[in-house]
Amino acid sequence: MSPQPAPGYDRSITTPVEPASLMTETSRKGEIRIEDVVKVYGSEAAGIRAVDKCTFDVPAGKITVVVGPSGCGKTTLLNAIAGFHSITSGTIYLDDELLCGTARPRADPGPDRIVVFQNGALFPWKTIIENVAFGPIVQGRMTRKQALDKARTMLAEAGLRNLESNYPGEISSGMRRRVEIARALMNDPKVLLLDEPYRALDSLTKSVMHEALLETFDKNQVTIFFITHDLEEAIFLGHRVVIMTTRPCRPKKVLTIDIPHPRDYSVLTAKRFREYLDETVEAVHEEALKAFAAGERER
Amino acid sequence: MTDLGPTYAGAGVNVGVGDAATSTADVTDSASRFEVAAYRLSQWLRSPRPYLMLLGFALFFAFWYLTVEVWKLPRFVQMPGPTAVITEWLSPDPTYGLSIYSPEYYQHIWVSLRRVSVAFLLATATGVPLGLFLGWSQLFKDYVFPVFELLRPIPPLAWVPLAIIMFEGSETPIIFLTFLASFYATTLNTMLGAESIDVSFVRAAYCLGAKRRQVFWHVVVPGAMPFIFTGLQISVGVAWFSLVAAEMVSGQYGLGYLINTSYTMVQYPTMFIAMITLGVVGYVTSAGVRIIGNYMMQWRARELAIGGEN
Repeated sequence: MSPQPAPGYDRSITTPVEPASLMTETSRKGEIRIEDVVKVYGSEAAGIRAVDKCTFDVPAGKITVVVGPSGCGKTTLLNAIAGFHSITSGTIYLDDELLCGTARPRADPGPDRIVVFQNGALFPWKTIIENVAFGPIVQGRMTRKQALDKARTMLAEAGLRNLESNYPGEISSGMRRRVEIARALMNDPKVLLLDEPYRALDSLTKSVMHEALLETFDKNQVTIFFITHDLEEAIFLGHRVVIMTTRPCRPKKVLTIDIPHPRDYSVLTAKRFREYLDETVEAVHEEALKAFAAGERER
Repeated sequence: MTDLGPTYAGAGVNVGVGDAATSTADVTDSASRFEVAAYRLSQWLRSPRPYLMLLGFALFFAFWYLTVEVWKLPRFVQMPGPTAVITEWLSPDPTYGLSIYSPEYYQHIWVSLRRVSVAFLLATATGVPLGLFLGWSQLFKDYVFPVFELLRPIPPLAWVPLAIIMFEGSETPIIFLTFLASFYATTLNTMLGAESIDVSFVRAAYCLGAKRRQVFWHVVVPGAMPFIFTGLQISVGVAWFSLVAAEMVSGQYGLGYLINTSYTMVQYPTMFIAMITLGVVGYVTSAGVRIIGNYMMQWRARELAIGGEN
């Protein structure tokens, strides 16, 4: 008798792959350790303290979702990991490699940590397939032809075969996000950094995107660092949800979401899911109130 | 664990979205350029726009005709009416020696067009790279931009004496003067274009492993392209402005020269012919630049086309 795929796994056209086999195939890790990170904008004394003594781990091969009120400094943290911004003090490690620390305040951006941006950053002047093939070509890892071939395979796997010669402006925003993730995965990154990638999408598209992301994750087991302020999204996607305090940002509560992957949308109605949601709502609401009060005082 | 309903619903939505994408791709591939052009033309003819355009021209000529030939208003006495200009223009045996039948007419157009083209190409070849570097490197901008901003307000006419002293003959000073205004417009727009690029694109390129130089070629240059072409359209327009000014000062051919000599020789219909010709040739050159721009920026043309239809 052929092995039965777990219920809820048969999510799309692609054949399910045992996660275990992939774990052995790639030695790719991607654990991020954030230790005592402080980020002050402006001068140390009078500046805005965006992140303060922030310490937490992003475990390898898991989805970690960071939740917090808008403007709390989540994106600052992501920018520090990606190498777009410097940090004031503290250290960030990727596996055993020091990304940034006091001696080297800014990490170098690189293809081991790829960001998917809030408003999307597919190059509008390149076709979809050129966008996806961009990374390996500029890195000099593949010839143009090899990269295009691989990009074609990646797009086909993601069910985006027909979009190859379109420009990003011609396809829906949901499609663009999926292409952007494919473009990131072309480079076998250790970590995907997603900065509220689905914020601008309507809720129906969003749910499709979530399932597509989980499916991608199940296939690749890439470490994902996901920022959002949508709690349902956080619990649905995350192995671990880190709730941040309002500015300055530091973890208030870390939840391990004990719902087995692969997940599908039936989870949303499960009792346990609701319990997690209640727990996070309480914590986040408290912070949101503080943020609101702080905003009132600033005026 | 038993409820598989939502799972399959999810798959259904996936496939649906994929199909929609297929059909868009097919439409763009199968429809030939000609069909698209023919469709656009028929849509244009069905819209009120061409008729409003014709009406606008009719009103303009009627105003000219009435003020000059019917009412003979005091300020307009010296002016030739549209009938006088058009008969002169189309006459095989023109009173003042210049019409569409005289080879001299085309000589004037050709000389002006050649000067504008040379000046415009020079301005593009120098202004685009300069603008890109200004927008790309803050250090370079700190050095160069203040000088640039100091020179920019000096109008081409103020350069006339210096141009005549500096350059030999009559051709190079004219080209230099024509070049100046073009160069400023191109450089400034290109710089703004390079500065306006969304920082996410630059960051994304670095994330994907691009080096600084690759970011320049793959992000800054194409990202600035829409602004560059806006700049080039302005540039070709101002090139005609300063060309005419320069040709009035020196030279033996050219539409500016023609306007000036027909003025001094009191050949007013010829002056009007030259003016209208300038308008037409200027319009054609800037339309040409626009067409080249659309051709080079397929991505933008397609984006705008979709935006327009939705």
